[in-house]
Amino acid sequence: MLVELGHFALMLALMVALIQGVLPLLGTLGAARLPWIPLSLRWGWLHMARASTFLQWALVSFAFFALEWAFLHNDFSVAYVVQHSNSLLPRPYQFAALWGGHEGSLLLWVFLLGFWSSAVAFFSRSLPLSMVARVLGVMGLISFGFLCFILTTSDPFVRVFPPAMEGRDLNPLLQDPGLVIHPPMLYMGYVGMSVAFAFAIAALLAGRLDAAWARWSRPWTVIAWTFLSLGIGLGSWWAYYELGWGGWWFWDPVENASLMPWLVGTALIHSLMVTEKRGTFKAWTVLLAIAAFSLSLLGTFLVRSGVLTSVHAFASDPARGIFILVFLALVVGSSLTLFAWRAPQVGEGGFVNLVSRETFLLTNSILMCVATLAVLLGTLYPLVIDALGQGKLSVGPPYFNLVFAPIMVPLIFIMVPGSLLRWREAKIADILPYLWVPGLGAAVVSAGLCFWMGSWSWGVLGGFWLGAWVALAGVQQMVLRLKRPGRIGGSFWGMQLAHLGLAIVVMGVTGVKSFEVERDVRMGIGDEVQIQAYTFRLLGMQDVKGPNYEAVRARVQVLKNGQEVKTMLPEKRRYYSSAMPMTEAAIDSGVLQDLYVSLGDALQGDTPQWSMRVYYKPFVPWLWAGVLVMVLGGFLAALDRRYRMGYATESQGEGGETAAASLTPHATRA
Amino acid sequence: MKRRFFLIPLVLFLGLLIFLALGLRHDPREIPSPLINKAAPAFDLPTLSSDQHFKPSDYLGRVWMFNVWATWCVACQAEHPVLVAFAKSSGLPIVGLSYKEIQPQDEEKAPLSFEAKLTLARLRSRVWLGRHGDPYQLSVLDLDGKVGIDYGVYGVPETYLIDPEGVIRYKHIGPMSSEILANEVLPLARTLQKGS
Amino acid sequence: MNIFARTMNTPWLVKKAQTHSPCLAPLWVLVVWCCLITPGWAGQAQPLAQDPVLEQRMVDIAQELRCLVCQNESLASSHADLAEDLRREVRTLLQQGKSDEDIKAYLVARYGDFVLYRPQVKPMTWVLWFGPLVAMLLGIIGLVVYLKRGQSKAAQAGPQPLSEAERARLDVLMKDGRGL
Repeated sequence: MLVELGHFALMLALMVALIQGVLPLLGTLGAARLPWIPLSLRWGWLHMARASTFLQWALVSFAFFALEWAFLHNDFSVAYVVQHSNSLLPRPYQFAALWGGHEGSLLLWVFLLGFWSSAVAFFSRSLPLSMVARVLGVMGLISFGFLCFILTTSDPFVRVFPPAMEGRDLNPLLQDPGLVIHPPMLYMGYVGMSVAFAFAIAALLAGRLDAAWARWSRPWTVIAWTFLSLGIGLGSWWAYYELGWGGWWFWDPVENASLMPWLVGTALIHSLMVTEKRGTFKAWTVLLAIAAFSLSLLGTFLVRSGVLTSVHAFASDPARGIFILVFLALVVGSSLTLFAWRAPQVGEGGFVNLVSRETFLLTNSILMCVATLAVLLGTLYPLVIDALGQGKLSVGPPYFNLVFAPIMVPLIFIMVPGSLLRWREAKIADILPYLWVPGLGAAVVSAGLCFWMGSWSWGVLGGFWLGAWVALAGVQQMVLRLKRPGRIGGSFWGMQLAHLGLAIVVMGVTGVKSFEVERDVRMGIGDEVQIQAYTFRLLGMQDVKGPNYEAVRARVQVLKNGQEVKTMLPEKRRYYSSAMPMTEAAIDSGVLQDLYVSLGDALQGDTPQWSMRVYYKPFVPWLWAGVLVMVLGGFLAALDRRYRMGYATESQGEGGETAAASLTPHATRA
Repeated sequence: MKRRFFLIPLVLFLGLLIFLALGLRHDPREIPSPLINKAAPAFDLPTLSSDQHFKPSDYLGRVWMFNVWATWCVACQAEHPVLVAFAKSSGLPIVGLSYKEIQPQDEEKAPLSFEAKLTLARLRSRVWLGRHGDPYQLSVLDLDGKVGIDYGVYGVPETYLIDPEGVIRYKHIGPMSSEILANEVLPLARTLQKGS
Repeated sequence: MNIFARTMNTPWLVKKAQTHSPCLAPLWVLVVWCCLITPGWAGQAQPLAQDPVLEQRMVDIAQELRCLVCQNESLASSHADLAEDLRREVRTLLQQGKSDEDIKAYLVARYGDFVLYRPQVKPMTWVLWFGPLVAMLLGIIGLVVYLKRGQSKAAQAGPQPLSEAERARLDVLMKDGRGL
């Protein structure tokens, strides 16, 4: 019964979303456009924006929890529960199984969309009502589209009769803490980009785009970006420890679909800075906001339509593909049409000096967009060639690695001068001490790291130097800023930590790609294999039983320079519900490296032996640490007091000072 | 002039949309064969029924169908009645390729010798064909899958049409249906026959 | 298993004890003593592959090839049957002395371009390979043009003074900080 109520709630939510999407927008049209509607009615419609948003989210939440109830109570009369759950499945995975399939993950999407809309409705007290109405209206229309999609093609509440005796179980690959958290974080990011999109559309509809608009948009964009970073990082980490062969990025279409909004989102944040401070690049910023959300939607299309093969893809259905495509066409097509129509009116900005922070931020935008284009091109090229009837080709990691890195290098390089230069007008000479000092330090660090690892090449030195330069320059800026009196705003820490995090990731990538060692060996009891200073010895094997699986577990002793350091326990599991065995790799994470042991099959021979893969992966923990630092930076930036105090702080100009403004003695406050 | 720049994103998007729409109609998993209009790769394999071997050159001068199948393949069971009916009605000779009949499960206890594998494969296939019907003039055994690789086989079942000069003219991936046989294969076979 | 017992069972050591005179007994004792004090000597895990160097070459090639029956995995990492067969095929070709290019051509002749993860550079893929580079150049040129044009415009007109209406509006905005 609850399931039916949940289903009904979703239908009600659809109608409320329609109200939320249409009436407030109509309410913003002036008397000239709608003369026959009295002012009081239009005023009422404007005020409906917040109320309908909260109501819509309440209804969707009810539907969400109704479906969760079905999962947690093993209601096998619901088809979706049968497909993705099992009575032996541990409770947390029963909860997370809701987003393990296509229908449920869409329900998660609209749930989070309702959450973001409500957050905007709640935190927008200082915004003009017409702006709020437009923003919530646009988000309502998007909700309407998704709810239509769910109710027509992807309904999770469909019953099956007769009810199944037992569910088919969640895919064993997904039975993992990573599953519980990765999709919600990622979706928070995807859906969060809709807020920036809604703000952009609202500005175009109003025909007015100014620095205040940028200031309102920015914290929302930063939070969405932060969640997206966290989601991508979690996905990468999960693949690393779950799939058993130590890879962490595969340039799979679905991974690319999450990377592209991230790249454009980063460009958007930086572009918003310029619009906020100088009032320039307005049309470009709006375009980026539209692009970021469009890429989110494109990603949804790619994953669910069956157009591209991917390990992440949901089961495809042509009807779904057509629906999303039409939705994509409507949303993006209409927003780009609006852009073409209204953006020219929105006004020119001022001019931009050749050497200034704005130029570097604009270069950042361009390079980010080129990188996005490269990823998009590589992901869609097979599709294009096939559509043109030219056969089938594949574009895989070799292409992406070759093309992406050269675009990233100049981008990371300009991060340092970009964060140092003043607004409006600057001189390189002013910031030279803040460039060459860390540069020298970075040379020492990179040489030192190569010496410690025992080999070097120009590529490795270059990669380490780049990361270390950005990191040390950031540390220098932070130290110098701390010495000065005055409050330091969240924006400053946000920028520094985000840049520092990226620098750590760069060093991690360089290190692991250059120095990782893999050994594929056959081991009997008592056999050893040695990598660098570590010795791995197989002590024994045992059979273990889990809640819904049986496993063979190896005990591997790890010795460093002869001293025992750890015992690692890789497993090979056979889940009752699935024929395919699953490898649970054992990973020992240190500060500077990971040790990774993966158990293979038992081998035929005189003595019992097993195939084992043993990896020494230096610098891998830096990847995850770097992402966490970036995420921390993002949160700090979003929580800057300026955003929370509305108009009041505009004149005080607290926080968000440029690093150079604080450092150079004759800086002008911009 | 300035205003027209603002239309560029929309135009690019519409272009993308067209490709995505076209992409919906294609199956990304289906790989077209580069062997079309190329000579059928040579092989020399033992047949199912006797110790005689079969080579593609044995069938030069006629149009014939080459069907990749196995007893462990579920989709082959689905297409089999169609093939049996087709063989009877059209008179087109069909040669079967028994692809990797011996699977890893068969060697779990102990590895089998080549002779043992051959015997087991023959036995299983004969029983299966006896039960489901035998559309094949003859069937060859590709135990290790090498010939399959030469023919670009990546899934079972697959079907080729080979012309009198020994050139592959058509490949179909997946189970055959009577519609495809009637609308695509048979007309092509007749054309190739006339051409020779 | 007892390390001592294992060394004792090794044929050449046994032969040595039989055929040589007792004056080599100290050597014998020395060898046995060395075996006892270095426990790592016995039980070194052997590489899974017959020929690790060849195997590494095979893996390097396989990482650039696609597993045809998987949902986007490389030939190196896939567990599928066909992937095992193709890896075996690549190993055989390597043992025959074929180069990386030969092997890729061999597979492309059978499976088409789809099997390569690194698309060949031919007219059909020029947009793919050179597109990003062209885009970057266009972007940089566009940026420079934009900056130069902005500078010349600024040189022509200085900042405009506010009109009366604009000044009045500014006062209103500064006063109550709200506006529609």
